[in-house]
Amino acid sequence: MTPRIALLVLAGASLGAAALAAPLAAPQPVNDVAVSQTPLPGKLSDFGFFADQVRQIPAPRVTPYRLNTPLYSDGAEKLRFLYLPTGTSARSDGEGLLVLPVGAALIKTFAFGEGVNRRLIETRVLLHRADGWTALPYRWNDAQTEATLAIAGGRVNLTTPDGEAISYRVPNKNQCKECHGLGGEVIPIGPKARNLSQEWLERMAADGNLDRVPSVADRMPLWEQRGSADSADAARAYLDVNCAHCHRPGATASNSGLDLRWEQDDHQALGIGKRPVAAGRGSGGLLFDIIPGKPGESILVHRMNSLEPGVAMPELGKSTLDKDGVAIVERWIREMHTP
Amino acid sequence: MIKLNLACGTAAMMLACAPSVQAKDVIVSAGEGAQTRLQEALIMAQPGDTVVLEAGTFALSDGLSLDVDGVTVRGAGMDGTVLDFTGQLDAGEGLLVTSDGVTLRDFALENPKGDGIKSKGADDIVYHRVRVTWTGGPLATNGAYGIYPVESTNVLIDGVKVSGASDAGIYVGQSRRITVRNSIAEANVAGIEIENSRDALVENNIATRNTGGILVFDLPNLPVMGGGNVILRRNLVVDNDTANFAPPGNIVASVRRGTGILVMANDGVLIEDNVLSNNPTAHVMVIAYTQPYQDERYNPFARNVVVGENAFGRGGDDPQLDGAEMLVSAFGGALPPVMWDGVTEGETGLTVSEGVTGWSLNLATPGQDPATGQPAPLDVPRPSYSFDASSVGAPAEMEARLTS
Repeated sequence: MTPRIALLVLAGASLGAAALAAPLAAPQPVNDVAVSQTPLPGKLSDFGFFADQVRQIPAPRVTPYRLNTPLYSDGAEKLRFLYLPTGTSARSDGEGLLVLPVGAALIKTFAFGEGVNRRLIETRVLLHRADGWTALPYRWNDAQTEATLAIAGGRVNLTTPDGEAISYRVPNKNQCKECHGLGGEVIPIGPKARNLSQEWLERMAADGNLDRVPSVADRMPLWEQRGSADSADAARAYLDVNCAHCHRPGATASNSGLDLRWEQDDHQALGIGKRPVAAGRGSGGLLFDIIPGKPGESILVHRMNSLEPGVAMPELGKSTLDKDGVAIVERWIREMHTP
Repeated sequence: MIKLNLACGTAAMMLACAPSVQAKDVIVSAGEGAQTRLQEALIMAQPGDTVVLEAGTFALSDGLSLDVDGVTVRGAGMDGTVLDFTGQLDAGEGLLVTSDGVTLRDFALENPKGDGIKSKGADDIVYHRVRVTWTGGPLATNGAYGIYPVESTNVLIDGVKVSGASDAGIYVGQSRRITVRNSIAEANVAGIEIENSRDALVENNIATRNTGGILVFDLPNLPVMGGGNVILRRNLVVDNDTANFAPPGNIVASVRRGTGILVMANDGVLIEDNVLSNNPTAHVMVIAYTQPYQDERYNPFARNVVVGENAFGRGGDDPQLDGAEMLVSAFGGALPPVMWDGVTEGETGLTVSEGVTGWSLNLATPGQDPATGQPAPLDVPRPSYSFDASSVGAPAEMEARLTS
């Protein structure tokens, strides 16, 4: 009897040890079936994007990255990752979006709070499947142990870094497409060569994850260095990243005729001296999107400065004003000369 | 009789269900969690499915959206099922549709913070017996558009009712093959607006108590240009006398209170068999675009506009125009029904049927100061421009979706 019990205990102990050691000794690869095929994976952990999901430590072939100028989301800290399946790599396409292979995924976790107080709120995944990109939102539970699919989105009460108590909006699956849609397809927005650092691109290429380092003549400035950057560069980078996924031809706000992409240089298309089309009461009684030298009379600034649905821009994912964003756009317009 | 109805119903259902093997009804009721349950139903629907909204008031905190082709959203009547957006916190409209072949019918939206229902790039869409109401009446703080299809081909709007929009009640923009009919637009800034669109039929509607009843025009600097080929017929355009409550800056903010039908910068518009009464500025106004613009593709002229036979009642008796008093007294107490700015591109100017009277500002160029005009009775040729009624309106195949 005794040896047998001992044996069982021993087996249990070794199993436990193996389970504990597993993530360190032999990290699990990402679940390619979940990324490419499972229609709607129910849990974030189904993908296996993380060696330690709670601490957001990525699994093998999942690479963290940052954007020079990021999208503002109520002050959320964002943890961005790119997954490339074994044997694949990304391809450079000039200064624009990296071309990612089928089977790749982009993962973005939204967090509030610092250090031990950090709370993960949601993780959005963008999966490159054979029939195109699929966007899915996952909402973290209160216990911070797992994030589950929230196709209808939701609301979470939280406090922003500025101390504002807000009802934070997790977008629904369709709303993902409102920003990520172009010409009826879902596409990534963030990882454009011009908004990624030279060092990151070089490392990706050196690791065999990128075919070559794209040459970028016109790189977007680092957001935290906007104070010393040219106001036009900083503001135009901000508008590209925060607005141009909708305000460009073929996207959600194409019918406005406003095109805020970094590469656009037509003054009318950028809103300078452009009258509103479908702004409705969003115009706030102002006549033009942008009047050079007059941020206070420019509809663009007025709508950035509003939280009221129907007036507020962006329309989605905004429960607080981005004071820094407003400030740089105001500075740009103030310093702008009449064309 | 019952048997016959059943047979028709089955045949229609089979047709409607053709794209999907197992089209189903997904029933959603009002009450706790309506936002999530309804949005989930809209996302999980398969082509051919019907999302059935039960009678009741759905209290919604966020904009809804539908992105699945061939889905029907059906309520229990425009007074039975109410999507209440009074507490809306997010999104630019109440319901956004971005897929093709969608049918929206028999429900209402109340007090959306932005637009009511926007369908963008959503071809073959039917709006049937849908109501959008801002319940506080005409207020500048109301949303802009009630029913708002844009950048779409084949749009059928039948039996809808919109009131309180601070821009246009029924607004069709940058689209083609459009029918708006049997609908009521009341107490909006613009009742019905066809903008940068082609091949539109607007018939059998009531436009009343708006600032302007029915507007057809083109604006510059938009992705889709070249609006025209529009027929406005058999509409009741009466008592459009609400003071303009649009926020300045928008094109409709310049619409004069008391405008019945306005045509601006468009090519080929027929106005026929309408009843127009008590529109104090003008029953019909035909003008060029007046603002400066930079857009090579844009044509600011009103071209080939034909005013046929219409029943004109009292109107033009309190025009919101500079020098109104003098004008009204010069014309003997009321301006005649058709007002023209006189601006023409070559031989494509306004023509009117025999017996139609009007007056012209006799301006020469778009944007010319009206004060420099030479107002005089309208003297224009009889119509020779011909319209093909079969070239306007949504395709006939879409009719079946009203009865299925």
